[in-house]
Amino acid sequence: MNTNSHNIAHHRDDFGSKMGMWLFLFTELILFGGLFIMYMVYRVEYSEQFHLAAKELNLALGTINTLILLTSSLTMVLSIVAIGRGSKKISILYLIATILLALGFMVIKGFEWGAKFSHGIYPGGAELANLSNGEVIFFGMYFVMTGLHALHVLIGVVILSFMLVFLLRDKINKDNYIKLEAGGLYWHLVDLIWIYLFPLFYLLH
Amino acid sequence: MEENVVHQEHKNTPGYGYNILIWLTLISLTCVSVAVAGLDLGAYILLTALVIATIKSTLVINIFMHIKFDDPIFKLFFSLIIFTLFVLFVLTAFDILYR
Repeated sequence: MNTNSHNIAHHRDDFGSKMGMWLFLFTELILFGGLFIMYMVYRVEYSEQFHLAAKELNLALGTINTLILLTSSLTMVLSIVAIGRGSKKISILYLIATILLALGFMVIKGFEWGAKFSHGIYPGGAELANLSNGEVIFFGMYFVMTGLHALHVLIGVVILSFMLVFLLRDKINKDNYIKLEAGGLYWHLVDLIWIYLFPLFYLLH
Repeated sequence: MEENVVHQEHKNTPGYGYNILIWLTLISLTCVSVAVAGLDLGAYILLTALVIATIKSTLVINIFMHIKFDDPIFKLFFSLIIFTLFVLFVLTAFDILYR
């Protein structure tokens, strides 16, 4: 009865799934790590101009976005706690909250970038061309690093939306929620990177 | 139906209350780092900001990402990555500071 093909069809390796996710996250850490090294080099070289340029950033919006991401990390982890205890509805609600907070982050980011764009501060912008070298580099890295981070937020929204569908269809359930855990790990990584981006760009005054 | 499940462990992971406590700590640390940045600390601005960020990331990695409760192999691998990055930072710093 219990043939080989039957076994393969139902094979499951939660430890392996988690390890795969972590190995991918390590490549992400190296990717952002390289950018942070670049940041360090230019910050040493253009210390004063970095402080000057950072004053242009909106500290209030940056702080609000930090609080939003931290809260979304909490709702993510609570969604996993809930499904582990078999509370499907609560898990779904927390996951929806996580996705909404992620979208909220993007909206605020959009306003922030929009304000910069309207002041002519964007790569190749007229106003940016008049600034000193250090300020140009600061804004260049600001757009690249927060932009790459924002891309990760968007990918996170897509991943978590898939998890929501899996949850609704009971593909993720009390006895098998490794997918939700892996999605959660990705989401926490996005939060983790922002924890460093925020002080390095916004708290330079 | 028989399932061939390898390593399905979910023991010892914290519940709602503990996670909310960690979240409150993270929020407070954010407020502290913003408040401290308003002070004129000179050369210590970067240091304090990085110390607070590191405390926050340690909490996220250990509690939210379950590194503290998972198999030690994850902690080992993670430490290796952080160590590699640290070496890259230190070597680069020596290059630019003492060139």
